[in-house]
Amino acid sequence: MKRAKDPTRVRVQKPSTLKRILRYVMRYPFSLLGSLLLAVVTVVATLLVPVYFGDAVDCIVESGVKWETLYTIFLKIGVTIGVGGISQWLMSLCNNRISCHVVRDIREDAFDKLGRLPLQYIDTHSHGDTVSRIVADADQFSDGLLMGFTQFFTGVMTILGTIAFMLITNFKIGLVVVLVTPASLFVARFVANHTHKFFTEQTATRGEQTAFAEEAIWGLKTAQAFAHEDEHAQKFDEINARLEKATMNATFYSSLTNPSTRFINNLVYALVALLGAFDVAGGIFTVGGLTKFLSYANQYTKPFNEISGVITELKSAFVCASRIFELIDETEEVPDGGNEVLENVEGNVRLNDVSFSYSKDRKLIEDLSLSVRPGERVAIVGRTGSGKTTLINLLMRFYDVDGGQVCVEGKDVREITRNSLRKNYGMVLQETWLKNGTVRENLKMGKPEATDEEMIAAAKAAHAHGFIKRMEKGYNTVLGEGGSLSEGQKQLLCIARIMLTQPPMLILDEATSSIDTRTELKISDAFGKLMEGRTSFVVAHRLSTIIHSDCILVMQDGHVVEQGTHKELLAKDGAYAELYNGQFH
Amino acid sequence: MKKILTYFKPYKRQSLLGPLFKLLEATFELLVPFVVARIVDVGLGEFVEGKGYIYADKGYIGWMCALLALFGLLGLAFSVTAQYFSARAATGVSAGVRSDLFKKLQSLSYKDIDRMGEATMLTRMTSDVDKMQTGINLFLRLLLRSPFIVFGALVCACIIDPASFGVFGGAILVLAVVVYAVMFLCMPLYKKTQAKLDKVLLSTRENLTGARVLRAFCKEEDERNLFDERNGQLTKERKFVGGIAAITNPLTFVLVNLAIILLLYTCGIRVDGGTLTQGKVIALYNLMSQILIELIKLANLIVTVAKAVASAERIEAVLNMQPSLEIENETPTSAFTDDMIVFDHVSARYNEGAEDALSDISFTLKKGETLGVIGGTGSGKSTLVNLIPHFYDVREGRVFVNGRNVKNASVQNYLREKIGVVPQKAQLFKGTIRENLLWGRADATDEELWAAAKIAQADEFIRQKGGLDTPVEQGGKNFSGGQKQRLTVARALVRNPDILILDDSSSALDYATDAEMRRGIRELDTTVVIVSQRASSVREADKILVLDEGEAVGMGTHEELMQSCEVYREIYFSQYEKEEVNA
Repeated sequence: MKRAKDPTRVRVQKPSTLKRILRYVMRYPFSLLGSLLLAVVTVVATLLVPVYFGDAVDCIVESGVKWETLYTIFLKIGVTIGVGGISQWLMSLCNNRISCHVVRDIREDAFDKLGRLPLQYIDTHSHGDTVSRIVADADQFSDGLLMGFTQFFTGVMTILGTIAFMLITNFKIGLVVVLVTPASLFVARFVANHTHKFFTEQTATRGEQTAFAEEAIWGLKTAQAFAHEDEHAQKFDEINARLEKATMNATFYSSLTNPSTRFINNLVYALVALLGAFDVAGGIFTVGGLTKFLSYANQYTKPFNEISGVITELKSAFVCASRIFELIDETEEVPDGGNEVLENVEGNVRLNDVSFSYSKDRKLIEDLSLSVRPGERVAIVGRTGSGKTTLINLLMRFYDVDGGQVCVEGKDVREITRNSLRKNYGMVLQETWLKNGTVRENLKMGKPEATDEEMIAAAKAAHAHGFIKRMEKGYNTVLGEGGSLSEGQKQLLCIARIMLTQPPMLILDEATSSIDTRTELKISDAFGKLMEGRTSFVVAHRLSTIIHSDCILVMQDGHVVEQGTHKELLAKDGAYAELYNGQFH
Repeated sequence: MKKILTYFKPYKRQSLLGPLFKLLEATFELLVPFVVARIVDVGLGEFVEGKGYIYADKGYIGWMCALLALFGLLGLAFSVTAQYFSARAATGVSAGVRSDLFKKLQSLSYKDIDRMGEATMLTRMTSDVDKMQTGINLFLRLLLRSPFIVFGALVCACIIDPASFGVFGGAILVLAVVVYAVMFLCMPLYKKTQAKLDKVLLSTRENLTGARVLRAFCKEEDERNLFDERNGQLTKERKFVGGIAAITNPLTFVLVNLAIILLLYTCGIRVDGGTLTQGKVIALYNLMSQILIELIKLANLIVTVAKAVASAERIEAVLNMQPSLEIENETPTSAFTDDMIVFDHVSARYNEGAEDALSDISFTLKKGETLGVIGGTGSGKSTLVNLIPHFYDVREGRVFVNGRNVKNASVQNYLREKIGVVPQKAQLFKGTIRENLLWGRADATDEELWAAAKIAQADEFIRQKGGLDTPVEQGGKNFSGGQKQRLTVARALVRNPDILILDDSSSALDYATDAEMRRGIRELDTTVVIVSQRASSVREADKILVLDEGEAVGMGTHEELMQSCEVYREIYFSQYEKEEVNA
């Protein structure tokens, strides 16, 4: 299930990765075109300069320097390097723009995906690994892409340009060079192919480490409370050692490309020197020509070197990109069945023969039917694992039913937009979640257009105003995910958040479990007012909070075993009575 | 950067050998122009007007070219060795830094964690260390090589022709200034981009952990916009610094070529004057081109190195953090006593600017006694129990555990090992149930684990789920709130703690289970601090402390408090009245 553990699942060599990257790049056609054209200009300039210098050297002879020609040449060089420098700079700007924007776009798409992934994915995949894809992998990809752009085109064009120049200047030597040098590309390919598995291993191990570090960092306080730091450090070091090894392999083997190709280039250089010198001796060639040629040989081999370096860099970038694409390719939530928007909700909720399970081999909810009229208060009780929270997952459409249907106002929830369904529910969960942001931002989450007065009124109703005011900056205090708020205070904030939105239907899953009873009593009026006329679903352990419900569902193993009011159920002396009496032992 | 440098110590050999072999390789590269000069000057011999190089020695030229090839081969051998050593050093140093960074983060106090925020911790552990690693590797491989070639070329030029020192020296100086300026400009900017990356990470993580809430509020669109904004800011910063870095390359190109023009001009004058040969001019020109090639490489690297330094600084900032907890090293004066926990006029607050979360609390708890702490949400209950294991410092007053001030260094191990804490937030970790329970005490036997689980009322569901080897998903996602709470209680019990702290750890349990659990705990010979909002949970405690907005408004047994404490009575009746009426 966890991708990090299974590097073989990372699909890399599919050509689609390249195509997809290109598709992103093509979104910036002007920068791309600019980069290509400027690359041509830059290459021509860099190639012309040694030609001119060769000519210049030819002018500086012991028998008398030809100053006039020399000055003209100098002038030509000056113009050429000016043009070359500027075009190179502009080209770099284009490349920079492309690589920054492409990575931004890919990140955006990946993040966009997060919002459309089924909760099932989020519930079952390591958060750290996903974070690693969007943050670290995207970063690595960005670096690789920039390098690729900067050096690949110019490299290829330099090679082509030099070949042309060389063949024109001295066909024989040029031909030799052209025939020998591709060997370096062959070597580069060989190395790249063999390092690929190391790169995959490296990124996968990095994902694993991030996942572990993520858990350890967000659970740091607990770890400290149990003096578990050493064990965590040990585990971390174990992964770290594997990462070190994988990184070492990837780094070392990929770095072999450069020396190997350089070696071949040096051979070419020696060969050119030999043949060139013989030609000079034979009178077919000038010393200046030889200088030019040697400098070409250098310039010609340099891009080979760079390209081979770029190839390994790109390989690693591709591995990273493919990990992001893998995320982007995950199956999305079933799209909204229609564009129908749920309006004028009174609170009619119906479940018809609903069945659902998280995994195929273990059935959970089966044939659950339920009909709730507007304004009714439905309490759901039952032992842990009996399916209470699952029911909420289905009501909110976090998960889709396997069979049967959930209807609101007579409409199957799969036929209306998720947003319009969820907007009509107010949800407070036992596991509080607050955004990293100010108290104000958190309270206004459901209703950003609310005034401060409304917000404060809601906070007062939820008895949160008092402690908020005592915080460092009141409503402007920034809440960290850790923070120093107690669970109860967080729950009060979550309740205030709902009090502000006033949705027509409520889902309260152990909403007050961490709030003390006295405060609970104090806010119960406000709660009562909020629930008045609103259909509400309440899950609670403290049965005292639900005895006034219109309907109590007693769940056991995914089935509703009893249904009725408090009095009716007590009279039945069944599962509910047992639960209820259990409270007073 | 000092701190990071110490990590090179175990890799001293590699960090020296890497650049050294690289230099050897570079030396052979530097010798190439000499050989070429020899080919032209000696191999071709004298130039005879009209006849050409009639005295050319083809054998000599052949040998010289073979020498060039040999240099190439040696270069290959040296360079591979160099790559190996520098990769070793870079990965080793980074692994060391990462490991210590992780340990350092773990040693931070609760207050430091609150203040720093987890997102930036994670970026520093991952992205920053990666960037630093790339930087070190390049630095060892090339950054030393480039200056060496550059200065080597300078020296060679001086040997060939001392008079050309001016041109070479001047060019190198100007280029050094350019490279340094780019580095100087870019480094702080890269640091800024990493800070923006923290925000991107935060957004990403929040949308995973808060997926339910965000979707319930239909915030997907807003969150996407926020992410796009943060991502856009990151891109903007990156583009800006990238734009600056982009100028290095063309600038070096222009400057070196201008230097070559100058060189040829001065050489021309001296060739004219007969003090310089054409072969030497070629050699000088080749040397200057070599500088150009090297500097262009350097310009490409400087960006990576600037990034690495920026990241290294962010890492070092963490490594240099002093955990904010006050620790005293004095030898404790008081002997161990029967007083397990003593609060002496204790006040505490979370931030300097905030109000006291707890003010002027005093009490004494003897060995084996149970203290109940009750009070409203935000009344300071958790703050109080967090002071016992010294998770936070007090603002005023003193906390003693087992007769010693918790600030004392000698008692730190005792606090971590003999206090069993069940935090409010039930947090489990990926692994198995057994692994999670063993957190309590690593050498506990299965019998002990089951015994603890039994007291915590967890044995039944553990058995149902498949025993101690049942896997626990990250964050304990495959357990319900109540199950997680019971497992965290069991985890604390496994260590047979002298002091057991239950911070509202039965909120998700039904009353019957809660009562069973407390009954089991009472049978242990342990000092217990129970924080709860349930009067029933603290009712049997030897002492009950009633907190209200950080102040102690009552202290005594249940009966005493029912008589004397208005707040306690209110809490009690808020729970019992209703339930009794409707029972």
